[in-house]
Amino acid sequence: MDADRLIASLQQAVPAATVEGAPSVDLQTTIYVSRDELVSVARVLRDGPDLRFSFLAELTAADYWPREPRFEVVYVLVSLEHKLRLRMKVRLPGHDPHLATVSGIWPAANWLEREVWDLFGIAFDGHPDPRRLLMPEDWEGSPLRKDSPVQIRRPPHVTSDLQVTAEEFKQNVQRDRLARE
Amino acid sequence: MPEIRTETMTVNMGPQHPSTHGVLRLVLELDGETILSASPTIGYLHTGIEKTCEQKKWQQVIPLVERMDYLSAQSNSMAFCMSVERLLGVDAVMPERVKNIRILLAELQRINSHLVWLGTHGMELGAVSVMLYCFREREILLNINELIAGFRLFPSYMRVGGLREDLPRGFHDAVQAFLDRMPGKLDEYEDLLTKNAIYLKRTQGVGVVSKDTAVAMSLLGPIARAAGVDYDVRKVFPYLGYETYDFDVPTQTAGDVYARYQVRVAEMRESLKICRQALGRITPRGEYAIADPKITPPPKDRVYTEMEALIQHFLIYSQGFTVPAGEAYVPVEGPRGEQGFYVVSDGTNRPWRIKSRAPSLLACQALETLIVGGLIADVIAVIGSIDVVMGDVDR
Amino acid sequence: MGLESEYEIPVLTTTVEKMVQWARRSSIWPVTFGLACCAIEMMAMSCSRYDIARFGAEVFRGSPRQSDLMIVAGRLSRKMAPALRRIYDQMPEPKWVISMGACASIGGVFDNYAIVQGVDQVVPVDVYVPGCPPRPESLIYGIVQLQRKIAEQRLA
Repeated sequence: MDADRLIASLQQAVPAATVEGAPSVDLQTTIYVSRDELVSVARVLRDGPDLRFSFLAELTAADYWPREPRFEVVYVLVSLEHKLRLRMKVRLPGHDPHLATVSGIWPAANWLEREVWDLFGIAFDGHPDPRRLLMPEDWEGSPLRKDSPVQIRRPPHVTSDLQVTAEEFKQNVQRDRLARE
Repeated sequence: MPEIRTETMTVNMGPQHPSTHGVLRLVLELDGETILSASPTIGYLHTGIEKTCEQKKWQQVIPLVERMDYLSAQSNSMAFCMSVERLLGVDAVMPERVKNIRILLAELQRINSHLVWLGTHGMELGAVSVMLYCFREREILLNINELIAGFRLFPSYMRVGGLREDLPRGFHDAVQAFLDRMPGKLDEYEDLLTKNAIYLKRTQGVGVVSKDTAVAMSLLGPIARAAGVDYDVRKVFPYLGYETYDFDVPTQTAGDVYARYQVRVAEMRESLKICRQALGRITPRGEYAIADPKITPPPKDRVYTEMEALIQHFLIYSQGFTVPAGEAYVPVEGPRGEQGFYVVSDGTNRPWRIKSRAPSLLACQALETLIVGGLIADVIAVIGSIDVVMGDVDR
Repeated sequence: MGLESEYEIPVLTTTVEKMVQWARRSSIWPVTFGLACCAIEMMAMSCSRYDIARFGAEVFRGSPRQSDLMIVAGRLSRKMAPALRRIYDQMPEPKWVISMGACASIGGVFDNYAIVQGVDQVVPVDVYVPGCPPRPESLIYGIVQLQRKIAEQRLA
C-alpha cells in the first residue's frame, strides 16, 4: 500500500482530519496529521481492516526551535499482518503544547508519553498518570528542549529535608505506643 | 477466637538490590508473600545521552550510543550507523564484505548478550555455576572484540560508512575456534537447567505474557516470540542481506519464563548457524568501508606520506562530514527486540535529534502486570527473564 | 577508629595493629553497587578468569550492613545520588570506597545535566580506578592498592 492510497483511505475514514504526506528516505511512509483529530485517525489506523497498525514502535518528540510550529510528536507504527511501517507526525506550537493521549488505543504509549512530558514539557490530555519518568520528581524544567542547558554546575541533592517536625515525631511515637497495647 | 488483624505490607525493592539488574526501584504491596500491586520507578541511570549527542559530530556519537544498552553495544552502533547511512544515501553502495562482517559481529554480540542474561538469570535463581560457565565463554568473545579493536566491551568498530579498519590477522582462526567450541558448551548449559526439576518448578507458569498483551504493550523480541508472535525484524524487514542467510526464528507458545529461556537458548544456536555462514563469506583481507573520501578516513600509512590524504584525514577528524537534512529510522533486531535510532539531521555536521527505541523501557512498563498475583520469589525470575538493561531504559 | 588516643605513642599496639591490618585487608567484602557498564566488568572480575576471591573479596554482600567496601561501578545520576549516600551511611566502620571507571571518578564522557561529575561529591573515595570500563585487571590492581593503603593505616 503506497503513501497516496494510505492517505486517501485515512482522509475518507476521518474527513475532519488534515492528512498530508511527506517525503521519506527510509522504510516508513511519513504523514502529518492535524492535532485535533489525532485520536480518531489513530483508531482507524489500529482497527482498519487493511491497515491494522497494532504495534506502536516509537513515540517521541523533536524540538525545532526557533522554527514555529516548534515541536513535532512522532509516532512510528508497524502492521504485523500487512508488514507495513508508518511514521505519523503531529506539529505543535511552542507556547502551551498539548495533545490528546493515545494510551487508550495503544497501552504501550503510557510510559512513552510520560517520557515526552518529562523531557519536553508536552502535556498529554487524558493521560492516566502524568508524572515525570526519568528525571527526579522535584526537577524543574524540560531538559531536552533546545533552550535548556546541557551542563549544570550544581552540587547534587543528597539529603532530603525532614518530613515531620520534632513535635509531630514525638506525637507519632506516643500514638503508636498506645495503639500496640 | 479473637479476630486476626491483617494488613498489607509495603516493601521497597531497590534501587540498590543484587537482583534487579541495575538500578530499578519496585515498590511492592504485599499480602504475606503475594504481590497485590507493584509500581516500578526508573530514571536512576538517566544519563542524558540524547542531549549530549546533539553537541557531538556524527562519528563522535558512536561511543556514546554504544554505552546506552551496554550488553548489545555493537548492535546499537550498527543501528545508528545504518540510520545515518540511510540519510546519507550510501547504504546502497556498501560493499558485501562489510555487510557480512557486520552480520557476524551483530550475531556474536547477540550470543554475548544472551550469555550474560543466562548467567545472571541462573545465578539469581540459585544456579551459581551457570554464571561461571557463561562468563567463561564470554571471555572468549571479549577476546575477539579485543582482537579487532583493542577494547573488550565497547569496541566502536562499526563506523558510519563501514568499519574502522580491516580485520586483523588471526580473526578467522579465533572466531572459528569459538564456533567449534560453543555448541558443546550450550549443551552443557542445557544439561544444567532445561530438565532441572527445581528450575522447572520455579519458571513454568510464572510471568505469563499472552500474545495480545505482547503486541499491545509493544514487547517484541524474545518475549513476544515466547508468546507466539512470529515477528523478527531480520525476517520481516530484512537488512544487510539477512534474506540470503539460512536460519530459523524459534518461537514458543507458553509465554512464561521457561518459554523465554527456551527461545533465547535456541536463538543462540541459530546465531551460531548464521555466524558460520557469515565467516565463510568473509575474505581475510579486503574492503572495509565505502570509498567516499568525505566520510571514510584514509589508511594511516598514506596519511603519513601523501599530502592529500593528510588534508582529508584532518578535515574528517576536525569538522566531520555533513548529513543531508531529513530523518530516518532503520529497525534492527537486537538481542532484546526491535532496536533502532530515530535520527533527525538539519544538514550540518552535528545531529539535531537522536532517539533510541528502547525495548527494555517497554519491558519495564509491562513488569507491573507481569508480577501482580505472584510471589516475591517470582519477581526475581520475571525480572531476569524479561532481560532489562537499565542503561537502555533510562538512556 | 583508634584503640588509643592520638596523643600517646603507639608502642604497645604495634603487633596487634599489624594483625588487625592484615585481617582487614585480606577479607574486604564488597557490597553490590553496580550501576551501569562497569558493573559488567565487575561481574567478570568476580568470575573464574579474574577471580577476585583470591584477594579476599570472597562474596559480594547484598546488604551494606555486612560489607566493608563499596565499589561504585558506573555513572551516578542526580536521581541516584541520595540512594548512594544512604547506602554509604548504612555501612559500618571501617569502610572504604573505590570509584570504578571514568564516570564515577570524574563524570566520564557524560558532562551534562543528569550525571554527577564525580562520586567524590557525594562520598569520600579511597581509590580511583580509571577506564571506560576498566579492565578487570585494572580493578584488581585498584583493590591491591587499597590493601596497601589499609596496611599503612594506623589504628591509633
